[in-house]
Parts: sequence; structure tokens; C-alpha cells
Amino acid sequence: MTGIIEVRNLSKTFETDDGKVEALQNISLSIQAGDIYGIIGMSGAGKSTLVRCLNYLERPTSGTVEVEGQELGALSERQLREIRRDISMIFQHFNLLMQKNVIDNVCFPLVTGGMKKKEARKRAEELLEIVELSEKALAYPSQLSGGQKQRVAIARALAANPKILLCDEATSALDPRTTQSILRLLQDINKNYGITIVIITHEMSVVREICSHVAIIGEGHLVEQGRVSDIFAHPKTPEAKELILKGNRTDRRTLEDRQRELMKGKCCIRIVFSVNSSFEPVIANMVLRFGQPINILRADTKNVEGIARGEMILSLPDDREVQEKMKAYLAERGLAVEEVNGYVD
Amino acid sequence: MWTSDLTLMMLEGVRDTLLMTLLSTLFGYLIGLPWGIVLAVTDKTGIRPNAVIYKALDVIANIMRSIPFLILLILVMPITRAIVGKTTGSAATVVPLTLAAAPFIGRMIESSIKEVDHGVVEAAQSMGADTFTIIWKVLLVEARTSILVGVTIAIGTILGYSAMAGVVGGGGLGDIAMRYGYYRYETVIMIVSVVLLVILVQIFQTLGMRLSAKLDKRK
Ligand SMILES: Nc1ncnc2c1ncn2[C@@H]1O[C@H](COP(=O)(O)OP(=O)(O)OP(=O)(O)O)[C@@H](O)[C@H]1O
Ligand SMILES: [Mg+2]
Repeated sequence: MTGIIEVRNLSKTFETDDGKVEALQNISLSIQAGDIYGIIGMSGAGKSTLVRCLNYLERPTSGTVEVEGQELGALSERQLREIRRDISMIFQHFNLLMQKNVIDNVCFPLVTGGMKKKEARKRAEELLEIVELSEKALAYPSQLSGGQKQRVAIARALAANPKILLCDEATSALDPRTTQSILRLLQDINKNYGITIVIITHEMSVVREICSHVAIIGEGHLVEQGRVSDIFAHPKTPEAKELILKGNRTDRRTLEDRQRELMKGKCCIRIVFSVNSSFEPVIANMVLRFGQPINILRADTKNVEGIARGEMILSLPDDREVQEKMKAYLAERGLAVEEVNGYVD
Repeated sequence: MWTSDLTLMMLEGVRDTLLMTLLSTLFGYLIGLPWGIVLAVTDKTGIRPNAVIYKALDVIANIMRSIPFLILLILVMPITRAIVGKTTGSAATVVPLTLAAAPFIGRMIESSIKEVDHGVVEAAQSMGADTFTIIWKVLLVEARTSILVGVTIAIGTILGYSAMAGVVGGGGLGDIAMRYGYYRYETVIMIVSVVLLVILVQIFQTLGMRLSAKLDKRK
């Protein structure tokens, strides 16, 4: 099946003062309409270059890019500008007009596309509603948080009713919670408006979270591509394996959310044991002694002032009396016990 | 003795200086603004690189900027005569002032535009904006604050040059300072003229900075 985006044998070489940089070599991709397509790779792999070739912000050195059946290289400047209105883009650093307020930023592509000012404002207000930012219409970008700025950028990107949305590290400047909310928004946009989304990222968690397909880029080459579920289950190449492993290790957000969920309404404690703590299997003994299960939410070692210390977050049984007894039991064995009720890092 | 005639002369001096300065700034921007835009746009990193056009404008700007103002003033006298009909007085000074200011203004515009974050330009390109739209609605808008600071600097500099034109009978406060202070040793008049020049520069500087700060939305 021909995709909405067809990349064939694409190569891009940059001529720099220190010689040639082969940023992309012989990449072929097919992205189907309605996909959320992830492109992942390490820093410098060529992801940004690839995504910029998809709307010809960057001209490939060789190979072709076809969007909706039109080969971009064969288009005139004017036709290219025309088709770019179908391919929106959002960026890591948002790239909003800093001297224009939110609503004027969203109006920009509409007005330059020839829409009347009044009509454009009306449409922009609708868009701000979609990204839940109506109350900030008159604010300037400098008065917004990163997540809010990205929402404005998304509203602006949707303004011209694009068929494709390219996202270059759209969540990389955001904290985990904001990343989550932006990813949800992108997912909704994909579902509700059928917009094909291409997501460039170096975070595996982003791919796993919302992508249907993924291409792995390593040093300018296409290493592996396919359905996300397949690649996660059977990564074939070392690059894919590494990214998946790394993704798991640094997957703070999901961990954090899960911990928060488990802690809801529970009595949780944090215990810390240092090298001096007894080597008796404290937790196991405690469970045996009280005959009640406890839930280990997290176990970790941390380096505090050069000394390795173990740390655990435990969720205790609901019985208050047992809770107190358990705390006393742990304290007796030389462990620092502290009650916690939020996420602990 | 300070007479009312002298006061009148000083007031006329202020008026002439203001007229010369503001007219030259205006004409300077009429030439310098497009000049600077074309420089910024046709440079290697610009949105429409064009080595030939860039180099030509670049060289002309460099040549004109390296001619000392007093020499330029004399060099362009034929042009001045052709346009104004005479080579002395404030109206005549506007011509060399404009020619001296234009390349300098062009450079300031060029650098203001180049300060604009390339990402914003790229975003506009990705939305299908054409070159004209990008210049008009992105570059000039985003560079607004910096351009206004440039206007403030330009006015101050042109005001100083206008006083220099006094050496060859250019009119305005500089002319008064030259005629009375230098040729007739009337130190008081010279000092008053200079103080008035300082006050004028101060006023423009303060107004310009306030305005550009007020219009800056990046705070
Ligand atoms: N305009 C350019 N001129 C010269 N070299 C470039 C240019 N743009 C990118 N490159 C080079 O091409 C390679 C790929 O760069 P690219 O920005 O596509 O990587 P990336 O995968 O997006 O990395 P990151 O995750 O850090 O954003 C790098 O080696 C980079 O130095
Ligand atoms: Mg990149």
C-alpha cells in the first residue's frame, strides 16, 4: 500500500568547512495515513535532518520524498509552499513569535494563507479550545510555561487543517508530566481528526506510549522499522535492543505514575538501611512474624555522601495497629523509618 | 550680554538641528531599511542566499562607512547642489547626513534581523509562508525591539554628525557653536549650544529606550 509519505533511497550529505557529513544514507520509509509514526535514534543520528526532508525544509542530496502522491522534488516553490500547508510541524523549542500574543500566533498561518482577520480569530479561538488554552489567548509566549507554549504551537500547527503533523522532539524540553499531557493531546488529535503524526524522539518511552510504528535511525542509516509491538517483543538489531533497554532504565515517568497510583490511600513508609544495618532478612521476617503481606513499591540504592544506602518504599497493610507494630519492628532493627505520602525520588 | 536675539538664535538652532536630524534619519531609513533587509536575507544564512547581491551591497556599505563624514560632506557637494540648490544651511546638510547614515542604518538593520531566532523563521517556512511574509511578519516583527534601539542610536549619531557639519556652514546648533565659539571666542554661546546638543541627545536616547522596552513582549 502506498503511504501518505513515501521516502525512497533518501540520502543527505552536508558540505561543511571540515569536509562532508553524511547525515542520512539510503533511507526508505513508508508512512501510512493515520499512523503515529515514531522515528527514534541517538543524538546526531540524523532524525531532525530526516524530518526536515519530509517537508523539504532540507533538500535531500539524492532520493525522493512523496507526500500524498506528489514528489516534493518536482514541485515549484509555489507548489511546495502550497503542500507545506498540509504538513505542519512543531519543534522542541516551540518557535513561537515572541512579540505576538497567543491568538495572533495561532492566526499566523491562517492570515498568511489568505483568511480574513475576523474569520481567522474565530478559528483560532476554536483551536485554543481544543488545546485547552482559551484563557491565555491574550498572553504573550514569554508568560507561558513550556507545556503551554507547545500547546500554542500545536494549535498553530492545526490551524491550516493539515493532513500530517511532524513533531521534532516536541516533548524533549518538557518535564515528564507535561510530556504525558502533550502526548495525550497528540493522540487525541490523531484519533479525532485522522491526522498522520510523525514523532521524532530519542526517548523510547514516547514511542511506546503513543506510536503505532517506529523506525530506528542509527548514524544516518535506517536500522529497523515496523510495528512498535513487534520491535518491542523481538528487537533484531543491537541498536534496537539498546534503545529498548535504555528506555526501560530511564523510564521515570511510568514508574512515577505507577508508584503514585499504588500509594493512593495506603500507608506507606520509606526505610533506609546503610552498610551498618543488620543482614538479617528484615522484610521477610516481618512478613512471617505479622502474617500480613506488604507491598514493595520500590527498591533502590543511592549514593549519599559517598556511602551506598539501600532504600525501599513499602506499602503496609490497612490495619492501623499492625502498621504501628511494623514500624516499631523495623526501627528496632536499626532502620530509618519515615512515613511518606507523595512520590519520592 | 545675553540678549533676546541670542535666545531666538538658539531656539532656531535647536529647530534646525532637530529638522536636520529627523529628516536625515527618515531618509536614512528609507534607504537603510531595505538595504539592511536585503543584506540579511541574501547572506549565506539568510532565507534567500545570493552571494552576488550580498557582496555588492556589503562592499558599498563598507566603502561609504569608511569615508570620514567631513570628506563625504565635501565629496557629495555636487549632488547636494543638484538636489537642494545650495551647499550650505541645514537643508543642504540633510543630503550628506542621509548618505552617511544610510549604510550605517543598513548595517544595524542587518544585525537586528540576524538576531531573530532561526527556529521562528523555520516555523514560518514550514507553514508555507513566502519570503515577503517572512520578512514582513516574522523578521521585522521579531526584530522590532532591536530595530528601535537602532533608531535611537541612529538619531544620536546623526545629531552628532549634524553638529559636525557646522564646520562648513551646515546650520543648526553645531553651526552656532562653530561661528561664535571658534571664530569669535564667545565661549558662553558655544557652551550653551553644546549643552543644548547634549540635552537633545539625552531626550532622544531616553524616549527611544522607553519605547523599545515598552514594545518588547519577551520580558
Ligand atoms: N546544516 C548542517 N550542516 C552541516 N551538518 C549538519 C547540518 N545539520 C545537521 N548536520 C549534521 O548531520 C548529522 C545529523 O544531525 P541531526 O540534527 O539530523 O541529528 P539528530 O538525530 O536530530 O540529533 P539530536 O537528537 O541531537 O537532535 C549531525 O552529524 C549533524 O552535525
Ligand atoms: Mg534533532
